[in-house]
Amino acid sequence: MTGSAKMGLGKRGSKTLGLALLVVLLTPLSQAMESEWPMTPMNPDLQNLPSLQNGWRLFTNYCLGCHSLKYQRYERTADDLGVPHDIVLEQLLFSGQKIGEQMTTAMDPEMAKNWFGAPPPDLTMVARLRGVDWLYNYLRTFYLDESRPFGVNNKVFPNVGMPNVLQELQGTQTTGCASAAEENCGELVLLEGSGQYTSEEFDQAVYDIVNFLYYTGEPSRLERHRTGVFVLLFLVILFVFTFLLGREYQKDVKH
Amino acid sequence: MAEDAQAQKGKLAKGWLNFIDWVDERFPLTETFEFHMSKYYAPKNFNFWYLFGVLSMVVLVIQLLTGIWLTMSYSPSDAFASVEYIMRDVEYGWLLRYLHSTGASAFFVVVYLHMFRGLMYGSYRKPRELLWLVGMAIFAVLIIEGFAGYLLPWGNMSYWAGQVIVSLVGAIPFIGPDLMEWVRGDFLMSDITLNRFFALHVIALPLVLVMLVFVHIVALHHVGSSNPDGIEIKKHKDANGIPLDGIPFHPYYTIGHDVPAIVIFLFVFCVVVFYAPEMGGYFIEKPNFEVANPLKTPEHIAPVWYYTPFYAMLRAATYPLFGVPAKFWGFVVMAGAIVMPAALPWLDRSPVKSMRYKGLLSKITLALFIVTFVILGYLGTIAPSPVSTLAAQIGTAIYFGYFVLMPWYTRIEKTKPVPDRVTMP
Ligand code: HEC
Ligand code: HEM
Repeated sequence: MTGSAKMGLGKRGSKTLGLALLVVLLTPLSQAMESEWPMTPMNPDLQNLPSLQNGWRLFTNYCLGCHSLKYQRYERTADDLGVPHDIVLEQLLFSGQKIGEQMTTAMDPEMAKNWFGAPPPDLTMVARLRGVDWLYNYLRTFYLDESRPFGVNNKVFPNVGMPNVLQELQGTQTTGCASAAEENCGELVLLEGSGQYTSEEFDQAVYDIVNFLYYTGEPSRLERHRTGVFVLLFLVILFVFTFLLGREYQKDVKH
Repeated sequence: MAEDAQAQKGKLAKGWLNFIDWVDERFPLTETFEFHMSKYYAPKNFNFWYLFGVLSMVVLVIQLLTGIWLTMSYSPSDAFASVEYIMRDVEYGWLLRYLHSTGASAFFVVVYLHMFRGLMYGSYRKPRELLWLVGMAIFAVLIIEGFAGYLLPWGNMSYWAGQVIVSLVGAIPFIGPDLMEWVRGDFLMSDITLNRFFALHVIALPLVLVMLVFVHIVALHHVGSSNPDGIEIKKHKDANGIPLDGIPFHPYYTIGHDVPAIVIFLFVFCVVVFYAPEMGGYFIEKPNFEVANPLKTPEHIAPVWYYTPFYAMLRAATYPLFGVPAKFWGFVVMAGAIVMPAALPWLDRSPVKSMRYKGLLSKITLALFIVTFVILGYLGTIAPSPVSTLAAQIGTAIYFGYFVLMPWYTRIEKTKPVPDRVTMP
C-alpha cells in the first residue's frame, strides 16, 4: 500500500537530491503502539461477507450496548454487507429506530463515565485510529486481575476501564501467576472448557468483529479500490495518446 | 455533397474568426493568448525540474475545485461529523476528500521541488528577484492555508496541533496573551476559532493565493524564463526579435511536454488517492480519526510531514533568552527559517547562476542543505529526546549557515565558464 508513491517520478531526475528528499519524506514509519505485547497480525478481508455479517451480529450483541457507531447507518451497512432489510429490522435495530438512522447507543455517556471511569468511546473509526492488529490483540488479551474494578486487566491496554464482555465466549484467562501485579508474569493461560467457544472459534469471532470495525472505519474502501483501477487505466490510455501527440510537436524543435 | 460539407465548414470557420475579431476589438483576447502562450518564447533546454511550476498550478486547480465541493457539505459547527458525512453519505464524497487531503501534500511536494529547482539553477538571480519574492509570498500563504485547512476536520490532532501553534503567539512578550486571545477569538480553542479558520481557509487565503499566482506568472512572462544553464536567451535574437534558443511555449511546451507530464503526475497522484490516502499516517494522521478532545492530549503531537522541518527548528530552541520563554524564540527561529530563502537573490554573489557552472563549495553546501532539511523533517516527526534535540540544533545551524555564509562561499570558489548558448539535455 505504501511503496506506490515512489513510482513514476524518477527517470531523469532520479540521480538527484530532490528525489531522495521525496522518498525519505514519503516512506512511512511503521506506526508502533506503545504496548510491549507481541502483536498477532490480523489481515482484514472486506470481501468476506459472512465474516462481516457475523462481526456485525456480535458487535450488536456484545458491544453496541456501550459503544456507538454513530457515523455508520444501518441501511448502508445492510446493503454493503448483503443483509436483507427485514432481518436488520427484526434482529439488529434498536426498537424505535429507523433503518436510515445511525447506530447510536442507549448508554448515557455521563453515567458510563461514573461506572467505568471513562466513557466508552464511539468505535466507528477505531480501526483507523488504533489499527486492526491492536484491536484484534486487545479483544483477545483480557485476563483475571483482582486488583481491577471489573476483575480483569488487559495486555494491550493496561488498566482499561472496559470489562471483559466476551468472557462467556472465550472463557477465563489468567497470566498463570499468583498476582497479576507482578512484572513479567508470563503468558496468558486459558482455563480449558471455561468458555462457549474453542480458542479457534473465539479467535475467529474476534477476527469477525475486527473485520467489521475495519469496514465501518471506511465503508467506501472497496468502492475506492475498484474505482481506482478504472481511473488509472484511463490515465494510462490518456498518457499514450498525449505522449504520441506531444512527440509530434517535439520533433519540430531543432537541437 | 462533399462540396456542400466543405462549404459548410468554411462558413463555420469564417463565423468563428469573425467572432474572435469582434471580441479582439473589445478585449485583447488574441493578444493575451499570444503574449502568454503562442508567442511567449521559453528556452528550448528546459528539463524535468521545470515541470513543477505547471504541476503547482494543476494542484492549485485540484484544490480549488475539490475545496468548493467539499464546502458544499462541510459544516464548521459540526465539523468532525460533517467530514464523516462527506466520507459516507455524500456521493463520491470520499473521493473529493481524499483528492483534497492528498492534494495538500502534493502541493508541498511540487512546490518544494519547484523551489529546489530555483536553488539549483539560481532562478532567483537578477532579473527574477521579484518573481522569487512573489514565490516566497505564495509559500508563506500556502503554509498558513495548509494550517487553517488542517484544523477543519476537527480531529484530535487538528485540535492539538492548532493549540500548539496558536499558543506560540501567546509567548510573544507583553502583548502575547491578549494577541493569542484575539487570534483564537476565545479563551480556548473553540468553535469560534474553527469558524474563523474556516473563513480564512475557504475564501481569504485562496483569493490571495490565486492573485499571487497571477502576479507570479505576469512577473515571469515579463522577464522570461531562465533555464538549467542560467543563460538569458534574450541575448541572442533573430531578425524578428525572437530569441534564437527560444521556442513558443504553446504548443511546444504545453502539448509537447506539459500535458503528458501532467498525466504522469495525475497517475502517481491517483495511486495515492485510491490506494494509500493516509500514506501510513503521513498525509492523514491517526489521531485525527478521533474527534477533538481538549482533555485528551495525543501521545505525540506532530504536524503533517510538510511542516516537520520547520517544526523541528521550532523545538530546537530550548533556551529562554533575555527573560523571554524559549517557546517565543522557537517561534522566531521557525518564522525566520520560513522567510530566510527570500534573501537569496542578495546572498548569492556567484558570477554564474546555475549549479552546472558553480564550484564545488556551492555543490557541497546545497547537498548538505537538502540532506539537513530532510533530516530536520524526520526529527520533526518523532518525539523529542536529548539526542534528537541536539541534532535539530545542529541542523538548524546548518540550515541558517547555508544562507548566511552564501555571500562568502559563492565568491571564493572557482566557477566554470558559462557557454554562450544553451546546451540541450
Ligand atoms: C459494559 C460496557 C462496554 C461494553 C459492552 C464494551 N465496551 Fe469497550 N469499552 C468500554 C469502556 C468503558 C471503554 C473505555 C476504557 C478506557 O478508556 O479505559 C472501552 C474501550 C474500548 C476500546 C478502546 C477504545 C480506545 O481507542 O481507547 C475498544 C477498542 C473497545 N472498547 C471495543 C469493544 C468491543 C469490540 C466490544 C464488544 C465486543 C466492547 N468494547 C464492549 C465499555 C464497554
Ligand atoms: C502555488 C504555487 C506556485 C505556482 C502555481 C507557481 C507557478 C509557476 C510557473 C507555472 C512557473 C513557470 C514554469 C517553471 O519555471 O517551473 C514558475 C516559475 C518560477 N517560480 Fe513558481 N509557482 C509557485 C510557487 C513558487 C514558489 C513558492 C517559489 C519560490 C519561492 C517560486 C519561484 C519561481 C521562480 C524563481 C520561477 C522562475 C524560474 C525560471 O524562470 O527559471 N514559485 N512558477
